[in-house]
Amino acid sequence: MSESHLEITNVGIEFPTPKGPFRALRDINLKIEQGEFISLIGHSGCGKSTVLNIVAGLYGATEGGVLLDGREVNAPGPERAVVFQNHSLLPWLSAYENVELAVDQVFKKTKSAAEKKEWIEYNLKLVHMDHAMHKRPDEISGGMKQRVGIARALAMQPEVMLMDEPFGALDALTRAHLQDSLMEIQKELNNTVIMITHDVDEAVLLSDRIVMMTNGPAATIGEILKVDLPHPRDRLALADDPTYNHYRSEVLRFLYEKQRKVEH
Amino acid sequence: MNPLKWGLIEPFYKLAIGEDRRGQLNTIVKMIGLPLSGLLIFLLVWQGAASHINTSLGQFPGPVQTYEQFISLQEEAEAEEVKAQAFYERQEARNERKLEKNPDAEIKVREYVGSPTFFDQIGRSLVTVMAGFILASIIAVPIGIIIGLSSNAYAAVNPLIQIFKPVSPLAWLPLVTMVVSAVYVSDDPAFDKAFLNSMFTVLLCCLWPTIINTAAGVATVTQDLKNVSQVLSLSWWTHVRKIVLPCSIPMMFTGLRISLGIAWMVLIAAEMLAQNPGLGKFVWDEFQNGSSDSLGRIMVAVIVIGIVGFFLDRGMLILQKSVSWDKSVTLR
Repeated sequence: MSESHLEITNVGIEFPTPKGPFRALRDINLKIEQGEFISLIGHSGCGKSTVLNIVAGLYGATEGGVLLDGREVNAPGPERAVVFQNHSLLPWLSAYENVELAVDQVFKKTKSAAEKKEWIEYNLKLVHMDHAMHKRPDEISGGMKQRVGIARALAMQPEVMLMDEPFGALDALTRAHLQDSLMEIQKELNNTVIMITHDVDEAVLLSDRIVMMTNGPAATIGEILKVDLPHPRDRLALADDPTYNHYRSEVLRFLYEKQRKVEH
Repeated sequence: MNPLKWGLIEPFYKLAIGEDRRGQLNTIVKMIGLPLSGLLIFLLVWQGAASHINTSLGQFPGPVQTYEQFISLQEEAEAEEVKAQAFYERQEARNERKLEKNPDAEIKVREYVGSPTFFDQIGRSLVTVMAGFILASIIAVPIGIIIGLSSNAYAAVNPLIQIFKPVSPLAWLPLVTMVVSAVYVSDDPAFDKAFLNSMFTVLLCCLWPTIINTAAGVATVTQDLKNVSQVLSLSWWTHVRKIVLPCSIPMMFTGLRISLGIAWMVLIAAEMLAQNPGLGKFVWDEFQNGSSDSLGRIMVAVIVIGIVGFFLDRGMLILQKSVSWDKSVTLR
């Protein structure tokens, strides 16, 4: 049996509530290869973030489990770096110091002070933040904060990068910029990424596979769409590409026909 | 240097260079004129009311009598200084004479022991209050962090805090006095017992706001930041140092400021009863003294206590501003 880089097997989770246990997820099965870019898409409340948090180790699955390179995941760790939705930078530290906190922790013994400095600057440069690396989060824009958040995650040299709606709170132009940056970085570093998104275009543009989730409670994976478009992808060229538009309408059909959200 | 950051001087500067004259005059009236007129009205009311109050020690002192007493306290302090100097000169002359007669003679150098002046008392009070406050902060901040981090610890400690917080210093003082005299037995005491009594009473009363506010500050660490800490696998100590402490500093300082305010109020009462040299003892001694000047002198002490308290609070504010990372919050 060949092992995948990351295996999510029969994962389900129940949360205790005063009215008894609430089942959020059931039967999640997913195998992810090294260097793959996976998007999780689904209506809000379907448990996308819960899947991500289980992989991150922030939640423990009620049944099933997650294997990373054959090792069980049961606690959070820097090898599964998270880019949080609202950046989650420490507001009292500069961009540089925020990344430094992560680098100090991960490369405590393996890098010298000079190497660490170089590594921090390299990662900030990767997200185009080298010009403002000594500014604090309240002095930079939302898009820049998210860039620093990505730099912090990249600087941990993670085996899997988990992104929880990283561009959700940004305006469309900033989002497009960051998506382009992310594609560039992905080409250079070939990271394994799991990203949650609400945005169909974002999912098709960035992903190798799109995992579409059914509505909760007891949500699970509905369909998996393989996006067979060559890298690097160019958003302008793809806008009129029939294959691209086919994938796009597949996802839309899943979300708005098969899993139409019933508003109560 | 940017002249626009001079604060008080700014409107005068702008007025001088002829920038928006009307606006500057308005600012000056608001900044200086209004507080001054408030003060003036207060002095008038005080003078008017004082002249109608007759006590067994004579008329209640108005602003003028109070000022006279302030001058007389200054003169006494100067006279004491002169006496001290004279004492040291005499001592030196005596010792020199001794050495002239016999170079091997043993000479004695003694400290001048005069009665402490009003200004000495202010210094003594400040030393006592800072000792109590700093010691209390060293105890309260770690406790606040621990009960802020653990809801179980909080549930265990909170009832005690709520019960001890409203206790008056006057209730603690007899207990502190008895415990200090029983426990602190030394042939050569480094600290005066009265000093220890006042200090520990201050400590017991100013622990609580710091504990409560530090705990509340620790509770402001959001789940997002806790998640960051978990993903980074920060150790408990690094988590406290790098995330919890900076996050709770604004609230912690709010608590420290309240504590220092309480400490200063408590100190005056504690000094009165513990007979520890300081402003409280000064007030008590004047009250017992019962001369016609006494009320005026107490009034001087009241004003000085107020002004010192004000400056202590400003000092804390400056410290708070210098350590606070969130410059968008206006601290006042």
